[in-house]
Amino acid sequence: MAGIRGYWNLAAAAIAFRLLLLLCFPKDLHLGSRPEVATPLTSLRRLAEGYWLKQASMSPYSGSMYHGSPLLLSFLGQLTIRRVEGRPPHFYCSLMFVVVDFITAVLIRATGQKLLLSRHKSFQVLNLSKLVEASGIVNPGDFASLVYLWNPLTIVTCMGSSTSPIDNLMVVMAIYGACSRIAPLAAFGWVFATHLSLYPIILIVPVILLLGYGLDAPPSKLFLHKTSDASSSCALNQSPDNSEAPKLTDNAIHTFSWVQVLHFVLWVFIWLCFVLLLSSISLKDVGGLSEMFRKTYGFILTVEDLSPNIGVLWYFFAEVFDFFRNFFLIVFHVNILFMILPLAIRLKHRSCFLAFVYIAISSMLKSYPSVGDSALYLGLLALFCNELADMHFSFFLFCGYIGVSLLSPVMHNLWIWRGTGNANFYFATGLAYACLQTVLVVESVSSMLKHDRMLRKLVKA
Amino acid sequence: MEIDATWKDLTHALSGLFCASINFLESSTSYFAPSWAFRSNVSNLRYGALPREAVCTENLTPWLKLLPCRDKAGLASLLDRPSIYKGYYHSQRLQLTSTKSTGMVLKQTLTVVLKPDVQRNSAHSSLDNSIQPSWSVSSMFKKNVTGLCVPAKTSRIFFELETNMVVELEKLGYGDSWSNSIFDLSPNPVRVFKESNPLPGRSNSIIYEYINYSEHEPLDLGMKWKLPFIWSCSQSPFHASRFLMGSGNERGSIAISLQSTESNKEFLAKSHGCTVQVLIFQVVPWYVKVYYHTLQVFIDGKPQSASDVIEKIQVSPSEDKLFPGTLELMLRYPCSVQSVALTLDFDKGFLHIDEYPPDANQGFDIPSALVTFPNFHSSRSYVEDNLSINSPLLLKFQEKNVVRSYTEALLVPLTTPDFSMPYNVITFTCTVLALYFGSLLNVLRRRVGEEERLLNSKGNTTRIRLIPLLLSKFSSKLKGRTDGTPKSSSLLGSKFLFILVVVLAVLWHYIAN
Repeated sequence: MAGIRGYWNLAAAAIAFRLLLLLCFPKDLHLGSRPEVATPLTSLRRLAEGYWLKQASMSPYSGSMYHGSPLLLSFLGQLTIRRVEGRPPHFYCSLMFVVVDFITAVLIRATGQKLLLSRHKSFQVLNLSKLVEASGIVNPGDFASLVYLWNPLTIVTCMGSSTSPIDNLMVVMAIYGACSRIAPLAAFGWVFATHLSLYPIILIVPVILLLGYGLDAPPSKLFLHKTSDASSSCALNQSPDNSEAPKLTDNAIHTFSWVQVLHFVLWVFIWLCFVLLLSSISLKDVGGLSEMFRKTYGFILTVEDLSPNIGVLWYFFAEVFDFFRNFFLIVFHVNILFMILPLAIRLKHRSCFLAFVYIAISSMLKSYPSVGDSALYLGLLALFCNELADMHFSFFLFCGYIGVSLLSPVMHNLWIWRGTGNANFYFATGLAYACLQTVLVVESVSSMLKHDRMLRKLVKA
Repeated sequence: MEIDATWKDLTHALSGLFCASINFLESSTSYFAPSWAFRSNVSNLRYGALPREAVCTENLTPWLKLLPCRDKAGLASLLDRPSIYKGYYHSQRLQLTSTKSTGMVLKQTLTVVLKPDVQRNSAHSSLDNSIQPSWSVSSMFKKNVTGLCVPAKTSRIFFELETNMVVELEKLGYGDSWSNSIFDLSPNPVRVFKESNPLPGRSNSIIYEYINYSEHEPLDLGMKWKLPFIWSCSQSPFHASRFLMGSGNERGSIAISLQSTESNKEFLAKSHGCTVQVLIFQVVPWYVKVYYHTLQVFIDGKPQSASDVIEKIQVSPSEDKLFPGTLELMLRYPCSVQSVALTLDFDKGFLHIDEYPPDANQGFDIPSALVTFPNFHSSRSYVEDNLSINSPLLLKFQEKNVVRSYTEALLVPLTTPDFSMPYNVITFTCTVLALYFGSLLNVLRRRVGEEERLLNSKGNTTRIRLIPLLLSKFSSKLKGRTDGTPKSSSLLGSKFLFILVVVLAVLWHYIAN
């Protein structure tokens, strides 16, 4: 299908806008000091501190400042100390993040194109060709990558002295690798995404499903129903022992391909050993791997830092009684883990969408959320624009996101800088943001399931 | 000797002895062993500070109780509490040494800086306003020195004319007389000690000793000024001060500034091409999260590369909620420098509501930084030998003591959460979580056809009344007929069973009793 006209012009304009912000603003926009943008995990200032400590032959994790990966220290540390006169700090890092954003957008576009191809193929098999030529189908790849590039949240993250663009790139790389069935790329993305921030570990389920079953498609029941001639009554008739399928449906019926998955697992082991080896070399004299796990994953899981951010956990753990602290830590993290199985059961035929839902849930419930995580899942949401066209509350969500993005800095200013506000003001915007994200996740899952039901109705008819 | 093992006992003993909260220093995270600041054996020295604690009369009283006569006789009887605590500065020091030759020796030192009251006499001319106020022991302490403390071997009062004051006096030609046209010192001293071998160009300081006093002749040492007289006091070579920069409750900077003083200028005039060495020792609590990589040095207002000025740096970073961070710096720069400034950025941390002290909005204290000047020391030597001096105080003056300067303690205001909100916060957050959990599971649970069934069932619902239905179910069950929709049968069956069990229980209760 034809892409969006002028896609490359728009993409280049987005890159140019970022460069404009970088080069033509002489003063520091102070985006790196906004708690919505830079969290204790992703702040570049803390990375610079960790780098200084490492250069001083101390452990980079001492001082409870830096809590990221030692590989990022070696990668970005040198760049953070080079200062350019008259430019905002971390200038070279921001330039690099512009490039990283562009690569992420290109990968999203490629994923979208693969999704579109798979969608057309499955519709052809199901004889739903009238849907194929229906007007109003947007090329999801172009649309999603433009949404990602032009999203103000992404631009703010790119300029904002935060390492979230690299996390987003790794996650998108894992999804793209899984969609294109390139096991080494998927393994690389998944291992590094997990290494940098713990939560992408739950993406193992959609990645394996993507590699095994293939891309998003209508439920396999529809294909079975199409091929079976005998049954004509209710659609719930599940007859696994169907008659022999014609040759065409052999391609359509999704059988789990174990070869790809084993290939993926092998590459995961290779990359995992690589990452652990590099980390242990870099932390050889200063504590080793156990300290790294304690200070990075332990820090994420125990929510040690109570600085405000756009989530709800910081105020919760600042106020909860010590007696219940561990209980609530488990509750919050189990809420992410518990949803893995029901969602996977219900959406296993749409693994790319499943990955989006997992990312959205983990962005909502993670220990130190930031707008960089929202930028990622909003971009991925746009990949499913054709299926989610009937989503309820879309306007409400759009206005809600704009409202929260505008109100949150105001409340923060009132509380911290002017002293006229209260922590409750800022927490209220965080709560509203969490509600918005809940509505987004629930409504998108609901509309996707409705879309599948509509397809089933069309196939039956 | 195991210092750290017995530290807890020491702090508790001191705390009980002096009614001070020294026991807060007991944990190993609240005391430190600075390597360079005190220029002594590192492994033996421990340093701890309690910035929020105020020294007051309840600490002085037990301290005085250690004296043989307490504050009932001898010089200690002068210590009228209101007079002492009206002053500008007071400091108590306790030194306990134990050696084989001398046994246990306890030295106690109390340092008080007082300002005499300005007495205004309308009879005098306007010239009197510029004269320093005259003072005497009775006017300052409201008491006279009467009698000795009987167990005391010696009890003496020394009166010192500072070096710079002697310089000014000599300019006016008055030398070392204690009664001249500038001031009158009464009564006459018993002995005079003059400093010998001062630094070139400096005059000697003079000490007058007073020793004769008893019950019948109370000693009222006093000074009456006749003419205005100005002299400068000796200072450390650089005036060290520390302050906070920045506004808001998110971040700030700590700045330490060293300003050159007159003493340094005198020192500079003597030697050319010298360098000054400065040691800075600072302890910062963990909730003031310092970024050590932002350390900047400014000499005379111009930023310098840190490695030019900083000769050595030793950093022990803090750990969240565990222990504070320490910073030790050794700076070296030319003597001719007028001002040196160091800045360090920090972020303010956020604490759990239990970790805030009772008055949380006052702020949190950062203990004083210690600035040491190893090149400068204060020591005097006297013409008379030690035996004839026979005073521990003057012997102490003769020791070579490095000049140390303590900066101000800083007050850092931190943001406070709303202390009244724990239940509200927990309920709000758990509500949002429950909304997410419930609605997502609900969406996943819905099956195809349920909507149609719901629509169909909405058409033919009649209001079900419970009791008639129960009765009809009961009667139909008795008659052996099954009736009703399968969905409600299980519900009604359980209700029927429940009522049956209740009736049986009541009957059993009556029958058994």
